[in-house]
Amino acid sequence: MNIPRLISVFIRVGVMSELAYRANFLVQLLESVLDLATAFAGIAVIFSYTKDLSGWRPDEVIALVGVFFMVGGAIRFMIQPSLQEFIRSVRRGTLDFTLTKPADSQLLISIQRVEIWKLTDIVLGVIVFSVALTRMGTRLDLLQVAGFAAALVTGGSIVYCFWVLLASLSFWFVRVENILVIFQSMYEAGRWPISIYPRWLRFALTFIVPVAVATTVPAQALTGRLTWQALISAAAVAALLFAVTRVVWRIGTRRYSGASA
Amino acid sequence: MIRLADIYVQQFKITLASFVQYRAAIFIWMIWHVIEPLVYLSVWSVVTRSLGGNVGGFTGGDFASYFIAMMLVNHLTYTWIMWEFEYRVRHGILSFMLLRPIHPIHSDIVDNVTSKLLTLPMMIPSAMLLALLFRPVFHPVPWAMAAFVPAVFLAFLLRFIVEWALSLAVFWTTRISAVNQGYYVITLFLAGQMAPLALLPGAVRIAATVLPFRWMISFPVELLLGRLTPQEALAGIGAQIVWLAIGFTILRRAWRAGLRIYSAVGA
Repeated sequence: MNIPRLISVFIRVGVMSELAYRANFLVQLLESVLDLATAFAGIAVIFSYTKDLSGWRPDEVIALVGVFFMVGGAIRFMIQPSLQEFIRSVRRGTLDFTLTKPADSQLLISIQRVEIWKLTDIVLGVIVFSVALTRMGTRLDLLQVAGFAAALVTGGSIVYCFWVLLASLSFWFVRVENILVIFQSMYEAGRWPISIYPRWLRFALTFIVPVAVATTVPAQALTGRLTWQALISAAAVAALLFAVTRVVWRIGTRRYSGASA
Repeated sequence: MIRLADIYVQQFKITLASFVQYRAAIFIWMIWHVIEPLVYLSVWSVVTRSLGGNVGGFTGGDFASYFIAMMLVNHLTYTWIMWEFEYRVRHGILSFMLLRPIHPIHSDIVDNVTSKLLTLPMMIPSAMLLALLFRPVFHPVPWAMAAFVPAVFLAFLLRFIVEWALSLAVFWTTRISAVNQGYYVITLFLAGQMAPLALLPGAVRIAATVLPFRWMISFPVELLLGRLTPQEALAGIGAQIVWLAIGFTILRRAWRAGLRIYSAVGA
């Protein structure tokens, strides 16, 4: 089965069902702009007192906000709605329908739902991020761009695995919707460079709830603070986590007995 | 009056039973209330350190006590009505609530008070943990601490009334998530959640004082930390009462007008 084709089919279905509610787009746009305005106002207040925040200059923090919006938008675009639907389907027993389909079940539950208007967060994030980069005036070489892309993919897949692991808990505990809130609330801390936090919180945001790998680390790649060693070890962690997720998923689906059976 | 008290007691039992059923969920939602002040406390601590220990009269210890107090006051005054009301109207649940011979605001009051009672055992240890980690400086002023009790109670009432009144906008717009987002931004800055009001630009400070926002959250915090004179404290409590009256009037009018156009989705 062709993975990109499957994904594009699901996105197309999402687009078609959502185009019936076009006013939602304006509401979403308004919300995203307000959210962005909050971030900028916060940065303005902080930098009215200081010139750098633990070594980050204003434009670098703005670039980080861009990454924060891009990654957050990507999560809310597909990962979050799909996995929420998955948790519901375990409770209702409708996961049966997914499991009987002739494609990888983990893939299917990860892409089953899209909220297309969340793309506004991604688009706004890219704009903010590009503006910040231009203002910094740094010349990016190809290597840095590659490092950024690699960091973004690595961070993204770590976050994805983390969500799937959390959602897989529903095979054992059924009512776990609220557990996703843990990630959402911790993700808010990713608006600021991870280095501002006390050591224990930095540890938690890196190893327990992996927010930093998806926000601070990619932003570091572009501002020339990321070492190759760090990137390679992050990639290794991502690969390991992905393998763990697969195993947990297998065990979980074997355990699932269907609500009606 | 006795009848109402009875109803409150019964509603309290129902709410308590349902919260105990979903206790894990309530504790997970509390993480928001700890993370947000923790983030801003961390930001301001870094700024303070880089400026040699003082930002506009606030030392690191002052910021710590400010944000820990802010966390507690925010927890004591918050409501989730604005997020719930849209759901009620869009799914027609409000219709069932209207069938009861009592105003739905009463069950909301009980729900909110109950959830606070249940989660306080988690918030107090969080505050103590933050106090150990960030070393707050706290100079207790006895009269101000006494005045804090009515101030935080009035702040809860005011925030409750304002948020209930604002959520009635859903009668006209059906969706109010954007209103909620706008309200969140405003309280973040005008109610002192992102930074002490004293550190914000003059125009923002004036807007916060003229509008109800400072009196909903920031005022009890300032009082508790001993940053106000007795005159300022009295004026603040006066402002709270005035805004309560205004909010209550708006709430009643909007409720009546809203019910008239409520079309009961799902009916």
